[in-house]
Amino acid sequence: MAKTVSFISRNFGTYAPSSLDSYESVGGFQALRKALTMDGYDIAAVLSKNQVQGRGGAAYDMGKKWSQARDVEAPLKCVVCNADEGEPGTFKDREILTRDPFQMLEGMIIAGWAVNAQDGYIYMREEYSHLRPLLLSAIDQCEKKGYLGEDILGSGFRYRLHLYSGAGAYVCGEGSALSESIEGKAGRPRLKPPYIKQSGVYHLPTCMNNVESFTLVPGLLMDEQGFYRSQGTRDCPGTKMISVCGNVKQPGVFEIPFGLTIREIIDDLAGGTQDNRPIRLVQLGGASGRLASPSMLDTPYTYRDMERAGLTAIGSGAVLVVDNRTSVVGFLRMTQEFFCHESCGQCTPCREGNRHIKLLLDKIAAGEHTLRDVATLSKFANIMCNASLCGLGETAQSALLSAMEHFPDAFQIKREVAIR
Amino acid sequence: MKTFEQFPEQITDDFANKMDDILQRHDNDPKKLIGILLDIQDAVDLHYITQPIAYRLAKRLNIKITQIYDVLTFYAGLYTQPRAHFCIQICDSAPCRVNDSEGLHVALKDILGIDIGEVTYDNRFTLEKVPCFGACDVSPAFRAGGKVYGRLSTRESVIDALKELMREGESNG
Repeated sequence: MAKTVSFISRNFGTYAPSSLDSYESVGGFQALRKALTMDGYDIAAVLSKNQVQGRGGAAYDMGKKWSQARDVEAPLKCVVCNADEGEPGTFKDREILTRDPFQMLEGMIIAGWAVNAQDGYIYMREEYSHLRPLLLSAIDQCEKKGYLGEDILGSGFRYRLHLYSGAGAYVCGEGSALSESIEGKAGRPRLKPPYIKQSGVYHLPTCMNNVESFTLVPGLLMDEQGFYRSQGTRDCPGTKMISVCGNVKQPGVFEIPFGLTIREIIDDLAGGTQDNRPIRLVQLGGASGRLASPSMLDTPYTYRDMERAGLTAIGSGAVLVVDNRTSVVGFLRMTQEFFCHESCGQCTPCREGNRHIKLLLDKIAAGEHTLRDVATLSKFANIMCNASLCGLGETAQSALLSAMEHFPDAFQIKREVAIR
Repeated sequence: MKTFEQFPEQITDDFANKMDDILQRHDNDPKKLIGILLDIQDAVDLHYITQPIAYRLAKRLNIKITQIYDVLTFYAGLYTQPRAHFCIQICDSAPCRVNDSEGLHVALKDILGIDIGEVTYDNRFTLEKVPCFGACDVSPAFRAGGKVYGRLSTRESVIDALKELMREGESNG
């Protein structure tokens, strides 16, 4: 099996990302022309046939999402592209937006047609503000060419795209918080239900996907030979953009077929660890992802195999490799500081839980903890998972809980302290 | 809470025009508040939102001042205190930290003579720690003026990045 493929990233380097003409010369907007002859449900069926799961982290069945969005009866609907790539260690969407912005826009226009929306919103994190001029000019060029606007390519379809900026809040990657933020408010998550598919941005039915998910769509519509399905494994066909970083020789973004092992990703794509140091742990899917111990590196990178190995997260596609210079508890403290900073403070389990867990981790790092502290740690983490308002609190302790499972030694009571 | 008239600092006519331009670019739409605040913050010399600006915005957009301060205090990327001409943001998330971003912090502290949250005597530089800004492939890195300076694992590379930052700052006025 080839280690890298080029399907989502097939346009990288083949055209000038600032020019629509250049995009058209590599077959750009052929998929939109085709889509406009298809029914929205048929487009969703193409996604379902290819078993596409959303690329933002929750891995929701994308065909199902689009057909549900189509089902909703409402005079106005909208499409949102979540470009708030906030998971530490993730930068694949940055690479897509930099090198192939038009394919993402084409995917969003197809989504608008498929679910029958009038407006599309791109919510991009402030940290990528350098990409704003590129995207604004791309939207402008599409409007001039008739790919956006009142009557797209003579189909009677009316659709506009708008670019909104975040301002440095990780929680705004959560759907309802993102909706609040687009409305010009503080990005505090809403109580669910209603889900954003019924009531999202401006309380309209909202179909929200990640940058990579939209970018995947034009390719799939044109993929008559079934190249995408031929990649990956039988259970989990297709390809995925991943970003590998941390203590590796060649960090970067790679497109891989599902089914490579984590070890292959680290050794063959990222060139192995710096100075060939032994690996301490690998975190998959960003700060909210679980930790893999070195003994789990032969797990194939597919949704099902990862879940079976207790890793659940392909998530954002981040692979953070940490070598033996960092201890497990040291790493957990870094993650914990991040969540203390990013918890929006709205619900008690997340606001208080994160702070108390931070204190307990400090105690463990100092070797002053007792068995009871470890039990409290686990109790608080579980309360957060079950009782938090949004996905941030629910997943904030994935790293800790998986570390307690896979690295029990890190929490052992120091002998001299135990006697005292 | 102070009233508008009591502010010691006022908005100059020149800056008021600049604000109006920014509002125009955002269609005077209160829904675009976050984008408006970010653009104004960029336009202010020390990159923060002063109280007179916040009150003027509330009036212009016909929204409550509490909404503006709710947004200002919620988002980490918006500031209500004076910063500096160049705000150097060091990534404080795990991907940079396992690649010794602390070394970068120490180098910057040593070169500039300031620590996190402090400002140089001439208001030129300040150091800030921020969560991941998606430059993990070039870690350790800092971000300033919307640009990322990466692979800063030696003192020399940090000095070169600072020089480049100042050159860019001067060419942009």
